[in-house]
Amino acid sequence: MTKAYSAFSLLCEGLNQQQGWEPAWRDAAPKRAYDAVIIGGGGHGLATAYYLAKNHKLTDVAVIERGWIGGGNTGRNTTVIRSNYFYPESAAFYDFALSLYEGLSKDLNYNIMFSQRGMWTLAHDRHGMDTLRRSANAMLLNGIDAELYDEAGVRARIPGLNARPRFPIVGGLVQQRGGTARHDAVAWGYARAASALGVDIIQDCEVLGFQIEGGRMRGVETSRGTIRTDRVGMAVAGHSSVVAQKAGVRLPVSSYALQAFVSEPVKPCLDTVVLSPAIGTYVSQSDKGELVMGAGLDLYLSYAQRGSLPWMERAAAGLIDLFPQFSRLRFLRQWAGIVDVVHDSTPIIDATPVPGLWINCGWGTGGFKAIPAGGWCLAHLVATGESHPLARAFGLNRFRTGALIDEAAASGIAH
Amino acid sequence: MLLILCPYCGPRAEIEFRCGGESHIERPGPYSEVDDGAWADYLFTRKNPKGEHRERWLHAAGCRQWFNVARDTVSHTILAVYPMGKTRPPTEAGT
Repeated sequence: MTKAYSAFSLLCEGLNQQQGWEPAWRDAAPKRAYDAVIIGGGGHGLATAYYLAKNHKLTDVAVIERGWIGGGNTGRNTTVIRSNYFYPESAAFYDFALSLYEGLSKDLNYNIMFSQRGMWTLAHDRHGMDTLRRSANAMLLNGIDAELYDEAGVRARIPGLNARPRFPIVGGLVQQRGGTARHDAVAWGYARAASALGVDIIQDCEVLGFQIEGGRMRGVETSRGTIRTDRVGMAVAGHSSVVAQKAGVRLPVSSYALQAFVSEPVKPCLDTVVLSPAIGTYVSQSDKGELVMGAGLDLYLSYAQRGSLPWMERAAAGLIDLFPQFSRLRFLRQWAGIVDVVHDSTPIIDATPVPGLWINCGWGTGGFKAIPAGGWCLAHLVATGESHPLARAFGLNRFRTGALIDEAAASGIAH
Repeated sequence: MLLILCPYCGPRAEIEFRCGGESHIERPGPYSEVDDGAWADYLFTRKNPKGEHRERWLHAAGCRQWFNVARDTVSHTILAVYPMGKTRPPTEAGT
């Protein structure tokens, strides 16, 4: 049986008619009790299980997932990874995630196809340029790579930009370490690595309720039976309010639909990620050749995984203003993920009022890039009961004290 | 795409409206007796239900009037439209 992936194992399996491969992870059935249960088999939940096993030697762990792993937002995002945030707390956290991504293929022995092709933010007027200059300064002060370019510099580095767009391109900010990764591979890689360390990955297992005894977490009631455990970590993104409510916990979270779409595949034509906050569009090209685009949030509550037409039109109009040659492409697929937005666009990784229940949520539109660090910090919390130093500012208490980290206003990110 | 029945202008497309979020949130008071927890709850905590949600909408590109909507957050079906100041939809839709 072939367990490790390498050029050598590939060669051996080629000679062996590919008969020796085994499933990447065990599709486990739930046991009656675990040391810890992680709710949500997306990137954050699987990463949490992996780091519980790897960093904290806690291997009697189950990940329970209502659907299939990586089937929610992990498989629905536009795969961009970056750490161009404004405040020191966010910058340190997201840059830690980026640095973990840089070594993740090797760590997991699974090719996540991380391509550091650069992440551009464009400015279309003087004020946009002022904002970028401010961002660049903040990034450099936080020790994150940032390069600011004028129009000629942008045009020399991004191929195919419209020579005369309706909104002139004045300049751009690039984080060269940013880029894209294969989103499914991140989920599958973490699942495989966690499973190899002894974690049970249980799909088709919905949380129906919690067993809270004496005010403390004692177990989870699921569609596949009751699972006793004293420690529950929850990473369910857009459904955070719904699941937390089953434990009597109310959250400062609103769930919105965020949509994305891909074009038909074409030959390589765009070798970086381009975002224009003013136009409301961002685009990159996948390794398959599809242009992957995102739009803004549909700003009313939604649990329907589909986006509305007006935002799709707006994103498409923005795209063809930047790249008129893309107007002939057809969209292949359109979808939406349900994202968990909090008022300051900063995540929540903290204990809840129920002892034994910890939460990882509030990622809004940017959870994918944070997966390694989100899993790392939730694992730390579940294993030790203490907040990881990188996540101390991401507590629920900040809504009471007013110590918000207002990235929504600060870094001009699309939330 | 939503077709929203503005009580003043009739059915109009979603792009003419802005959603103002959850309805019927009462500001705690009196001011001197509200602790930080209750204030945070008022400002930030939301029901965020999967199912029927009562929310405020503004006909921003029309009559600029606010009104309440009861809407299903999964199917997006609009269950009732009712005026500001009323706490319950006039139909059976909301209980």
